[in-house]
Amino acid sequence: MAYKKRLDGRKNNELREMEAKSGVIPNADGSAYLRVGNTVVYVAVYGPRPAPRFLADPSKGILRFHYNMMPFSGYGSRIRPGHKRRSQEIGMVMAGALEPVIDLSQYPNTIVDVFVELPQTDAGTRCAAISASSIALADAGIPMTDMVASVAVGQVDGTVVADLTYNEEAYDAPVSDIPVAVIHGSKQVSLLQMDGEIKKEDLIAALNMAIEVTDEIHALQVKALTERFEVEQ
Amino acid sequence: MIRNVQAVKRLASEGKRLDGRELTQYRGPISIQTNVSQTAEGSARVQIGDTVVMAGVKLSLEKPYNDTPDEGGIMINVELLPLSSPDYDPGPPGIKAVELARVTDRAIREAKAIDFKKMCIRSGELAWFVSVDILTINDAGNLFDAICLASLVALNQTKLRPYDENTGVVDYKGTTEHGLPIIKQPLSVTVYKINGHLMVDPTRDEEEALDARLTVAADEEGIISALQKGGDTPVTVDEVSQMVELALEKIGELRSIMEKQ
Repeated sequence: MAYKKRLDGRKNNELREMEAKSGVIPNADGSAYLRVGNTVVYVAVYGPRPAPRFLADPSKGILRFHYNMMPFSGYGSRIRPGHKRRSQEIGMVMAGALEPVIDLSQYPNTIVDVFVELPQTDAGTRCAAISASSIALADAGIPMTDMVASVAVGQVDGTVVADLTYNEEAYDAPVSDIPVAVIHGSKQVSLLQMDGEIKKEDLIAALNMAIEVTDEIHALQVKALTERFEVEQ
Repeated sequence: MIRNVQAVKRLASEGKRLDGRELTQYRGPISIQTNVSQTAEGSARVQIGDTVVMAGVKLSLEKPYNDTPDEGGIMINVELLPLSSPDYDPGPPGIKAVELARVTDRAIREAKAIDFKKMCIRSGELAWFVSVDILTINDAGNLFDAICLASLVALNQTKLRPYDENTGVVDYKGTTEHGLPIIKQPLSVTVYKINGHLMVDPTRDEEEALDARLTVAADEEGIISALQKGGDTPVTVDEVSQMVELALEKIGELRSIMEKQ
C-alpha cells in the first residue's frame, strides 16, 4: 500500500490540532470559534426571532443555516461573494445534521438563523462548521437533546484516515472524502456524504473511526462551553 | 432592535456619553492582529471596543485597463455580515456597505497610497490587481474607522505570490518577500455631531442618534484624501473646521497605535 505515512505525519486516526471558544461575537445570541488545523470557522446564532411570513410555521420554530467562505479564504484566487450552489447545499446538509438534536416545538412562528463564516480553509469546512454550530446553538440556549460533532474520514490510496487535509484530498491516487456528523449520545450518524471512491469494508472502517474520533471533538465542545463560565478561585 | 437614541441625545447636550467616555475618547483597547487568514496574501483583524472587522487581500495578475496600460489597480469590497449584527440580512451589499467601501477606496486611491505603476509587469498586458475584502465580525459602531484601519494594515502585510512571467499564472501556494509598493498611509476618523456636540468612535446607539457625521481620511502629513458627510442635518464651515481638526488629531492617535503593533 502506497500511503503508509500521512503527508503531515499524523497517525491514521489522529485529528489536526484544534482550538474552540464560545461567546466570541457579542451581538449574537450564541456564537463559537473553531480552528481545526488551518481551517477556521466563526458561527453566530440569532434567534428564536420572528420568522418572515412566507417561512413561518405555526407548529414549530425553523432552523436555517447560511454557510459562506470569505473571499480570501481559499488556496487560490479570490472567491467572488454571493449566492453559490455549493454553499446552498452545505447549508441544507448542516440543517440535516443538527435538526435531530434541536427542539423548537415551543417556539412557533420563529426562526433560528445560524451564520457560518470561514476566514481560512484547508478542507473539512462543513465538518468544522457543524461542530462549531453545535457549540454556538448550545451557547444561545436553544433547546437541544444532545451535541453533534463532525469530522471527515476516508481512504487515501487504500489507507483509512480521519480529518483529511486539502493535500490529502488532492493526493494523486484513489481517495475518498466522507464528511460524517455523529450525535454524541446515540452514536447515530446525521450527516453522511462522500466524494471519491471506496470499498464497502473501508467505508465501514472509516465510519467506525469517525464514531471513535468525534468523542475528542465532543470533549473540546464541552470545554469551550464551560470554560467561559469558570471563575478564578 | 431598540436603541437608546433619546438618552444619547439628552446626554450629548450635556457633553456626556452613555458609556461614560469623554466625547473625544476612543473605546479601548484598540487591538490590531495580523496574519489572521493564511490563505490571504495579507490580512488583519481590528477591534475597537466590541467592534471587530477582518480584512483580507487577494492578488491577481490581469490585463491593465486601456486608459492606464502601465498601472495595476485596487478594488475594495465591504460585506456587512449577518453574522455580525441582527441588523444585517443575507443578500447583496446594501447602500451602507457600498458607502463604507467607496469611502475607504477613495481614502486609499486619492492619497495615491499605492504606486500602481510599480505593479505593472508588462505594459498593456500584465499587472497586479489588489482586492481588499473587509468583513464585519461584530458591529458595535464606528465601522468607517475600523474598516479603513484594517484595510491599510492588511495592505501593509501583503506579500506578492510567485508567478510565471510568460503565462501570467500566479502560484498561490508560493510566497515571496516582496510587499506592495505602498508609499502613503492614509487612515480615517469619523466625527459625529449629536445635539450640538462633536464626538468620535460612536457606538451603534450613538450612530442612530446622529445629526451629522464627517469621515476624514488623511496621510501621515495631514493631507486629506477623502471626505464624506453623512446625516440629515447640514453643517457650517466653522463646524467642518472643528470636525476636521478633531479628526486629524485622532488620526494621529490611531497611527501611533498602528505603528506600535
